[in-house]
Amino acid sequence: MEARTATARVPQEYFEHIDVLQEGQRSRCEIRSRAGQLPELCRWVRKRGFVFVGLIVEQEPEQWLLRYVFYPSRREGDEGEASWVHVISSQPLPQTTFPSTLEVIPGIDWHEREAEDLFELKFEGHPKLGDFVLHDDAWQEGLAPMRKEFDAHRPIGHRTADPNWRPQRIVHAAGAFAMPIGPIYSGVAESAHFILETVGEDVIRALPRFFYKHRAVEKIAEGRWPEEVMLLAERFNGISAFAHGLACAQALEAIGNIDVPPRAEALRAWLAELERLRHHVGLIHDICESTALTVAASQAAMLEEELLRLCGSLTGHRYLFGLIACGGLTRDFKEAELKSAVERAREVLERLSRLESNLIRTGSFLDRLEEVGIVTEKEARAYGLVGPIARASGLARDLRRVQPYLNYAQYAFDVPTESEGDGYARLRVLFAEARAATGIIGQALDRLPQGPVRTERVPGGPGAALGWAEAPLGAAFHWVRLDDEGRVSRYRIIPPSFVNWHAFYLAAEAFAFQDFPIILASFGLSVSENDR
Amino acid sequence: MANWVYSGLRIGVKSTHYPRAAEETPGVSPGLPMGRPLRSGELGEVVDRCPTGALKRGEQRIVVDHRRCVHCFQCVRGTPDPLRWQEGYEWARRATPGEAPASAALGEPLAAPFSRSLHVRVVDAGDCGACLREVKQLSNPYYNLHRLGFFITPTPRQADVLLVVGPGSDQMRSALEKAYAAMPAPRRVLAVGACALSGGVFGPSFMCSDGVGSIVPVDVEVPGHPPPPLAILHGLLVLAGRAKEMSTGETRP
Repeated sequence: MEARTATARVPQEYFEHIDVLQEGQRSRCEIRSRAGQLPELCRWVRKRGFVFVGLIVEQEPEQWLLRYVFYPSRREGDEGEASWVHVISSQPLPQTTFPSTLEVIPGIDWHEREAEDLFELKFEGHPKLGDFVLHDDAWQEGLAPMRKEFDAHRPIGHRTADPNWRPQRIVHAAGAFAMPIGPIYSGVAESAHFILETVGEDVIRALPRFFYKHRAVEKIAEGRWPEEVMLLAERFNGISAFAHGLACAQALEAIGNIDVPPRAEALRAWLAELERLRHHVGLIHDICESTALTVAASQAAMLEEELLRLCGSLTGHRYLFGLIACGGLTRDFKEAELKSAVERAREVLERLSRLESNLIRTGSFLDRLEEVGIVTEKEARAYGLVGPIARASGLARDLRRVQPYLNYAQYAFDVPTESEGDGYARLRVLFAEARAATGIIGQALDRLPQGPVRTERVPGGPGAALGWAEAPLGAAFHWVRLDDEGRVSRYRIIPPSFVNWHAFYLAAEAFAFQDFPIILASFGLSVSENDR
Repeated sequence: MANWVYSGLRIGVKSTHYPRAAEETPGVSPGLPMGRPLRSGELGEVVDRCPTGALKRGEQRIVVDHRRCVHCFQCVRGTPDPLRWQEGYEWARRATPGEAPASAALGEPLAAPFSRSLHVRVVDAGDCGACLREVKQLSNPYYNLHRLGFFITPTPRQADVLLVVGPGSDQMRSALEKAYAAMPAPRRVLAVGACALSGGVFGPSFMCSDGVGSIVPVDVEVPGHPPPPLAILHGLLVLAGRAKEMSTGETRP
């Protein structure tokens, strides 16, 4: 829907003023909410079909600036340039209490909890603040590390973890047992903690505790140059390094109004899809491993290794580090190398398809996935889920379609969607997306333009912009603000795993204890991506 | 019903011959930058391109500290005086004693009975997922660490080696300390990846260490970002007394 039309219809009582700003090639509509009207304004925006992305908190010299980001959900045949909407709420610095918008946007839950922990802001009406990013048993209250006054490099005297700390128990019933899992798992797995409150075999409550892997990426980015922050973007989640690097680069390019050469755009899409293929084969391996179908897991692991070797031999790095830069790519590729890579990827896909057909004929494997770990479409919509998980629950959102970037609009590809929302649906989506990704890299090669792969320009500054990409796990957003010198003054990452972990408990609860590792694997979410 | 036995047998044996022979398939390793003498007239400006300080100017030489290399490739791309890149993956070294607690056994390989039966406990101290993924690849048929007598164990109580990845995020500190404390002697620690060796691009900060060596005593280090499975395998072989650590041709400042 058209920005002008939308803003012309916003009820007067909700806003103080509206600005339409240019952000590179795109425009965004900033609606400054009137005091006390923030939840109503957000409710109005959501009702108009805008999709909530996340909350960006910024500390300016005199005021707090809270930015609620929405993008328009496109329907087929929508005319006109549809602008993003940023609802802005601001207050002078000493006033740190804001109204919670949890009733209006369920997906705001973790954003508000994170802002409370890291900025010491209070959200009135939120039922559970505290012990989220900064664990209560490890950190003193009132630390607020994201405030400008906090020096990230001043060592904090080490505190002894409180030995009397216990997690909150919810289930009080005869035979109720709280099983703690993690942060260190029994196999090779990322560090995260769950308390499974069980009565017998049934998991009544699954309470996650994340941020054991918190490295304060948003904080340490402040004061760094854009090239250094690009390194953080690639490395905070190495298994989708290229996608996050891409989102960050696009934010910087929007700030500096930098045109990326056509060959670089096409190669970026090519590399992003290669990463998606490799990533999904890895998830397929994890699902097979979780069900102890060892032969299938080995076969999938071999395919993942072959794709890693393909990435390594073509680009110099198995996980595609060091390829993306502001303005394009750091290197080019020869036609013959790309052609050979596409052939090898197609060959891997053929074997992947044979693996798939064997898996769907293995009843004991399907039994562990079918009708297990269900997320309904209603839940997916309410929580604003993204990525393959959302698509497996019927929510057909893919940024490459609804908010195209690079040259994706030129390629024909499926956005596979299923409706059951169970583990099997998620597995089918992974196979289908692997197929679609291989299709795109073939098309991209056929139409690869000639020319340079980089525009040598710095983003400059001051300015702020949002960059995004459909990472393998879903929509990833990077907000970058540069100061007068061109250094980063705010870096906010809204990763797909942060959004999706929020809804994980819906799938885990009401199933058996033994299903938990399989539901975990069928979600395939990343802890490092969430924790940042 | 799918015939898994047949489909598995059809694929055949895929395991690498390493350590009996070098593995030279393209893509098994990202390689590492190599130090070199300064050319006449060269100021060594390439040193300033490194974002983590892995490159230093030594005596008429550019010296590389592999523990800090994060594979950004800035020393080889877009510069008139690029460094050369070494292929290969045998990078494991004994940790520099430094401020590690005094221990006669620090860095010594385990005794002979462990050389063909090593149990490894893996702890993620904040990694980005790539190092962990490379560790996972060790169990795939291409590397198959079991053929060497190496096993991943679910408990530190039965572990000989603690394999740590990640920059030592503060909230994993006490879990990591407990895992190490739970291991019976003899025990060794293998720190894997640039983040575990130096904090990488994340540390030191209020949230991350400058290497997990400040939390647990590290015996052997494997640089890389991430180190490929073969490099991690080399690290385990060094701890098992079955391989030599990386030669000191590459000096550290």
